[in-house]
Amino acid sequence: MSKLRRSDRYYGWAFVAPAIVIIGLFLVVPIGLALYVSFSNWNGLGSPLGNSSLVGAENYAAVLTDPGLAQKDFGTSIRNNAYYVLAVVPLQTALALFLAVQVNRRVLRGRGFFRTAFYFPSVTSSVAITTIFIFLFTASGAVNALLGWFGVNGPNWFADPRGVIHILLAGVGVTSPPEALAAPGFLGVSGWEWLSGPSVAMCVLITLAVFTTSGTFMLIFLAALQNVGEEIDEAAMVDGAGAVRTFFSVTLPMLKPALFTVLTLGLIGTWQVFDQIYLTGRGAPGKTLLTPAFLAYDTSFSELNWGEGAAISFILFLIIVALTLLQRWVLRDRDLGRSGIRRARKADARLHALAQQGAANTAVGAAGAEGVVRR
Amino acid sequence: MRNTTRSALALGIGLAVVLGGCAAGGGDSSDGGNELEILIGSSGDAETEAVQATADSWAADNDATVTVVAASDLTQQLSQGFAGDDAPDLFYMSWDQFATYASNGYLDPYAEELPNAGDFYQGLVDTYTYDGTFTCAPKDFSTLGLIINTDLWAAAGLTDADIPTDWAGLEAAARTLTSAGTVGLSFGLEYARVGVFMNQAGGQLVDGDTVTADSPENLEGLQFVQKLHDEGVLKFPSELSAGWAGEALGAGKAAMVIEGPWIKGIQGDFPDTNYQAVELPAGPGGKSTFTFSNCWGIPANSDTRDAAVSLVEYLTSDEQQLAFADAFGVIPSTQSAAATYSENYPENASFVAGSDYAVSPVNFAGSATVIGDFNAQLEGLVGGDAAAMLAALQSNLQAALDEAE
Repeated sequence: MSKLRRSDRYYGWAFVAPAIVIIGLFLVVPIGLALYVSFSNWNGLGSPLGNSSLVGAENYAAVLTDPGLAQKDFGTSIRNNAYYVLAVVPLQTALALFLAVQVNRRVLRGRGFFRTAFYFPSVTSSVAITTIFIFLFTASGAVNALLGWFGVNGPNWFADPRGVIHILLAGVGVTSPPEALAAPGFLGVSGWEWLSGPSVAMCVLITLAVFTTSGTFMLIFLAALQNVGEEIDEAAMVDGAGAVRTFFSVTLPMLKPALFTVLTLGLIGTWQVFDQIYLTGRGAPGKTLLTPAFLAYDTSFSELNWGEGAAISFILFLIIVALTLLQRWVLRDRDLGRSGIRRARKADARLHALAQQGAANTAVGAAGAEGVVRR
Repeated sequence: MRNTTRSALALGIGLAVVLGGCAAGGGDSSDGGNELEILIGSSGDAETEAVQATADSWAADNDATVTVVAASDLTQQLSQGFAGDDAPDLFYMSWDQFATYASNGYLDPYAEELPNAGDFYQGLVDTYTYDGTFTCAPKDFSTLGLIINTDLWAAAGLTDADIPTDWAGLEAAARTLTSAGTVGLSFGLEYARVGVFMNQAGGQLVDGDTVTADSPENLEGLQFVQKLHDEGVLKFPSELSAGWAGEALGAGKAAMVIEGPWIKGIQGDFPDTNYQAVELPAGPGGKSTFTFSNCWGIPANSDTRDAAVSLVEYLTSDEQQLAFADAFGVIPSTQSAAATYSENYPENASFVAGSDYAVSPVNFAGSATVIGDFNAQLEGLVGGDAAAMLAALQSNLQAALDEAE
């Protein structure tokens, strides 16, 4: 074991070589090149190497700090995507978990059918589903016809740039921004615009995303649920926990690794939304469907501003990494590490205090008083 | 074990062959004669076939082979070709992307050496002039006109005398034509349509090197559009569940629309709709319409440049342009051919007449983003603050213009 023969070492390299070559060629080199482009003035003519020069952080400054249309577009795209993520990630996770629990029940008849049905939107091409949604949500489409039966006059979904928070505010008579929110703020977008909420059109895409992705995540939860033994549920029942309590205090904590996976995949996927935007009118209505991923594409391919496009991509990459780390920290295992020890010590102290209190109560009880604390 | 080795080997060889085949596909293998590739943004099979047929007849005389490729997304495919040093030898260059491409050194400025360089409409030559150099030859052009559904027109009791020649006439006609299932007027809510009202009011976006977007004339144009919409005689295609105004006209949802000669395309879907094209009514500032066009782009530093220039000369000859007009209804870019065209197609004569006063929408390098932003703002035009939109357009466009110069 201790001494590898020289030829064995080479075998090791030989076996990983194909993977290294493929990953290097198709992943590491392109990412490195894109990083270079984001600091260069490449205009898309010929290879970036030899046809461009470094311009420092100019491309990053154009979208982050220099006031102008580029910055405002970037700010708008971040706002749109942030609302999209805020709505889609919790909804798809909750729906996926709900569906997984339902199809995991042993009493449910035709479980196979339901599992297939719920998973179906995930295997269908997003282009096809988006196209169908476009038809469903036109001004005289099926959705508005359905709403019409209930006497509701549905909006012109994909052509409506109004933000839902703005609509709600208009409902209570606030239609123009207060003085403090009117001036251009962070990333050139005014506070009033930041608070617009997702546009009506974006709400349709949110529905679409929840509809298509929850099936995939249902599978992940389902796999995790099947690892939770029945005896654990029974033990909880014996301890007197009801169905709801069992789910939130026993099952859900055991699903934490799956929850982490689902949230991470959801965050990454929602920050990179592109196909739906490309199909529904390239950011229209009123740029409320513009997302950073689409903006990067458009800046590069239509304006030939490849450096700026690459810079947007890398900012997006950093946002995703930062949010994933944040979420990892929130969902960290609280029993480990220094904070875990501290927490364990506190729990110990609490237990002691309780025990002493209990002993005192018992003593009081023994003295003939009625005050036994029932727990 | 042996089996596994053998299948792995077979798989490896198979992969190598497939990848090798892919790599070979990109290379050139010419034995005698030029091989040219034309990338076009085609309006349909008729256009693709017509371009291919014309290119083939040129190729037969010039010992070459020409492949015509209809792009599914022209902008993206062009960018990809240029980045990969594999740009098509000849391509459609749209007016709105032209300045961006020219300013980045993508295009070969060949147009001035064409023998027929002096035959093109001056307005088109101006559109495709970058930095004082006439860069690429205009392929054809279209102008906007008022397209009237003649059946609805007659049903509303209107006659030829009622064809609007000014804004008041347009408003009156639209009001008469508006009924329960039909709106009088419709056009896409974008600068390429709304802009004609701004120009008809006497406004313009750029005057020399000053941006004049926030002028009272431009505001008057936008306010007229708002007024028509408020009166209910104008609706935008999305409000009519139509993909574009032509569809609304064909389906009878709109009685008048503002579109170009491509309106012919609705015949396929709506063969029973009868329509007539007239010049756009004049505004307080006089007549105005937009002209849209493509030019034949040749990439800079192309190996096949000379052959491509010769092909362009052939493609832009009066004879070939009239053949294209026959095949898919575009207006020739040379004055002499356009004159013949309006005789051959009296129904489209008004579009040719419009070319006398038509202007190209603003198209300097970097303006496309600003116009895109203005289009996004225009979606809030109904009930919105037109002056604020123009103010934003003013500052963005001035910033872009300063950067371009």
